[in-house]
Amino acid sequence: MEQIFFYIFAAVAIISALCVVTLRNPVHSAFSLIICLVQVAAIFILLRSPFLAVVQVFIYVGAVMVLFLFAVMVLDMGKETIREHMHSQTIPAVGIVVLLLALIGWLISRGGITAPLGPFDEAALAKNTEVIGKTLFTEYIFPFEVVSLLLLIALIGAVVLVMKERPKSRLQGPQA
Amino acid sequence: MTITHYLILSLLLFSIGVAGVLLRRNTIIVLMSLELIFNSVNISLAAFSYFLQSLNGTVFVIFNITVAAAEVAIGLAIVVSVYRSRKTVNVEELDEMRY
Repeated sequence: MEQIFFYIFAAVAIISALCVVTLRNPVHSAFSLIICLVQVAAIFILLRSPFLAVVQVFIYVGAVMVLFLFAVMVLDMGKETIREHMHSQTIPAVGIVVLLLALIGWLISRGGITAPLGPFDEAALAKNTEVIGKTLFTEYIFPFEVVSLLLLIALIGAVVLVMKERPKSRLQGPQA
Repeated sequence: MTITHYLILSLLLFSIGVAGVLLRRNTIIVLMSLELIFNSVNISLAAFSYFLQSLNGTVFVIFNITVAAAEVAIGLAIVVSVYRSRKTVNVEELDEMRY
C-alpha cells in the first residue's frame, strides 16, 4: 500500500519537475513547481516526518512560491517563443545532465550504504515535533542562532537591494 | 520501500533541476530549477534520516529549507534590481558587469 503511494507521489513529482523546466509560460512553471513541492511534502510524510511536511508546505509553498509569483507579476514576462526558449548551448548541457545521471545512478546501484543505526526508530519518531524540538534546541542550538542571524541579514539585504534612491532633500536656511 | 528508491527519486529530481539551470534562459526559471535541486537534496536527507534512525538529517532539512528561503528572497531582489536597470532577465544578455 505504501508502495503505491510512493510511486504515485514520485511520478507526479517527476512529471511536474519536467513541466517546470520545459513550459514556456513562467506562471505555468511556477504552478508546476508548487505541485512538485506538495509531492515532496507527501514523501516526507511517507518518511515518517510530518513536521518536515508541514514546514515544507508553510515555507516553500506558502512563502517562497508566493514570492516567485510576485516577482513574475512585477517583471511582467510574457510567453517565450520556442526559439528564445532554450539556451544556445543545449547539446553540451544535455550531455552533462546525462553524464550526471549515469554516474550517480551507478554509484547508487552499487549499494552498500551501512552506518550504525541511531536511537530514533519509528516508535520514538511518533511524537515528531517534540523530539525534533528537543534536538534542535539542545544539540543544534548554535546553528539555530546562526540561521536566525542569516534570516535577519537576508531581510535587510532584500530591502536594501530594491530600495529606490530618494532625491536628496535640500535644506532651506532661513530666508534672508 | 528501501532507501534506493528514495535516492533514485532524489537523483532524478536533481538532474531535472540541473537541466533547468543549464538550459533555460529566463533567470526566474533558473531560480525555480535551483529550488528543485534543493528539494531533491531534502528528500535524500530525510530518507537517510529515516533509514538510519537518526535525527541529524531532519534537522539539516530544517536548516536547508530556511537557508533556501533566504536565498530566494535575495535572489529575487537581485533579479528585480537588475531588471530595473537593464530591462531584461535573459541570462544570455546579462553578460557584462558594468552597465
